[in-house]
Amino acid sequence: MKITVGIAQIHPAIGDIPANLAKHLDYIDRARAAGVDLLLFPELSLTGYNLQDLVYELAMHPSADDPTFSVLLAASRDLDVVVGFVHEDARHRFYVAAAYLSGGQIVHLHNKVYLPTYALFDEGRYFAWGDSVRAFDTRFGRLGMLICEDFWHASPPYLLWLDGADILLLMSASPGRGLDTGDRLASARWVELVNQAYASLFTNFVIHANRVGYEDGLNFWGGSMITDPNGEVLARAPYFEEALLVQTIDLNQLHRTRSRLPLLRDERTGLMQRELARILAGQQASFGGF
Amino acid sequence: MDISARLQINTALAEKILVGFIRDAVHKAGFQRGVIGLSGGLDSTLSAFLAARALGPENVLAVRMPYATSTPDSLADAQAVIDALGLPALTIPITPMVEPYFAAQPEMSAMRRGNVMARMRMIVLYDQSAAFGGLVIGTSNKTEALLGYTTIYGDSAAAFQPLGDLYKTQVRQLAAALGVPPAILAKPPSADLWAGQTDEGEIGYTYTELDKLLYLLVDARYTPEEAAAEGFDPRMVTDVWRRVRANHYKRTMPAVAKLSQRTVGHDFLYLRDWSG
Repeated sequence: MKITVGIAQIHPAIGDIPANLAKHLDYIDRARAAGVDLLLFPELSLTGYNLQDLVYELAMHPSADDPTFSVLLAASRDLDVVVGFVHEDARHRFYVAAAYLSGGQIVHLHNKVYLPTYALFDEGRYFAWGDSVRAFDTRFGRLGMLICEDFWHASPPYLLWLDGADILLLMSASPGRGLDTGDRLASARWVELVNQAYASLFTNFVIHANRVGYEDGLNFWGGSMITDPNGEVLARAPYFEEALLVQTIDLNQLHRTRSRLPLLRDERTGLMQRELARILAGQQASFGGF
Repeated sequence: MDISARLQINTALAEKILVGFIRDAVHKAGFQRGVIGLSGGLDSTLSAFLAARALGPENVLAVRMPYATSTPDSLADAQAVIDALGLPALTIPITPMVEPYFAAQPEMSAMRRGNVMARMRMIVLYDQSAAFGGLVIGTSNKTEALLGYTTIYGDSAAAFQPLGDLYKTQVRQLAAALGVPPAILAKPPSADLWAGQTDEGEIGYTYTELDKLLYLLVDARYTPEEAAAEGFDPRMVTDVWRRVRANHYKRTMPAVAKLSQRTVGHDFLYLRDWSG
């Protein structure tokens, strides 16, 4: 089975949902015209990234009753779309979230489980921590979604792999940093290395959408990419420029790669569980647990 | 650690990011144009080169603001930049503006006079900003911002700071890559506030030394003791770190005394880009 994947590498306007929604619809139209089956937007694509007190003003209840989501759901009838937004739950907790829309329905919601709150990041000040990492079924098979810092930790992609995800959808608003003599910023090198590592270690497709543009002094470097189960980069968007990246991927590559390299078959989850239980019990005894 | 190697930058990448930043910052604020105080020194020259690429040279107003004692070389160097880039330009001497105040304050030190001159230039730039319809583009670099080698509300006043995360030696690399005239690259950095003044003479250390030390203390998060163990004179380390700390007030907004439930600067938090 072959599917055509699109990445909308956009520059969202900070705090301007109507402008960002219009841009989403424009990219969805262009993607549809290019034959895209699944279109991925970056982290917080509908709102912009460093929202600070705007978090509370821009939060949405994802449903057909929400004016933004009703439009996006209508646009998702003939191609699947993944968008980033601020999710306010029924108890008024605010999450960095991603929604997978297909056939006019919300198929899956992911609330970011790792909130960077160090150095230039202050997400933990504003957002609640998501508390689940779940793969989900789509018309293209079983997928998983993670948001930026979620995949700076190895455990969420690992959990999605074990939960059946053969395609990882990774969404970022990754600020560029670490200018040296390299051909890319240090932050870009790190993320690209990790994308290829996950594809290689899990023999998965990894589709990473990163945003571009500026917020105050921060730059966002783009360079969205699609990596195959051999860890090879199939397509890469330009750095620092808005772009629609379109790439057809052959899901039968999963069969071919896993015939050669049965890492999933041989993964010793029981061993992992036993040792993890032992390690956590030891930590609980020493430190009172995590 | 080879600190000099760590301070080397990919100049093409720096140019790409900074040109994009200037264009975004100006356009996002609803403007198409920028205004730069062009001294003929390295920082303002590089800022003008980047701004011309970002906005188009016709949209960057270069303002020369000599004082009576400014060296004629500065005016000539600035003119070379104006000619090379094709910038619209104004020359507005500040001597007749500051002299009456100097005459009324006969005991003024060179530093006080220098600060008044820097703030007079700020007044001219912000007024020309309104007349030209462009944002004031800052020219401060990371070395001087960290050391506080700047006049608060004078040369530090700007809408944004493209060079604020480049050390002086990195400014030099980028300027060379962009084709800044060799005479400007070669001359000793100077605020040119009085005859014979040089940055390095006044600060007491060379930029090469300062940038390496600041890289360790700031970027690499070394303690002063660890930096000294890398071979820096402990007195220099102590002196430089004292300056960084003493001048922190120049890098932050004035503290607001909190009384209410929500206070500007404390918990009323929005990006500057939220403006408009």
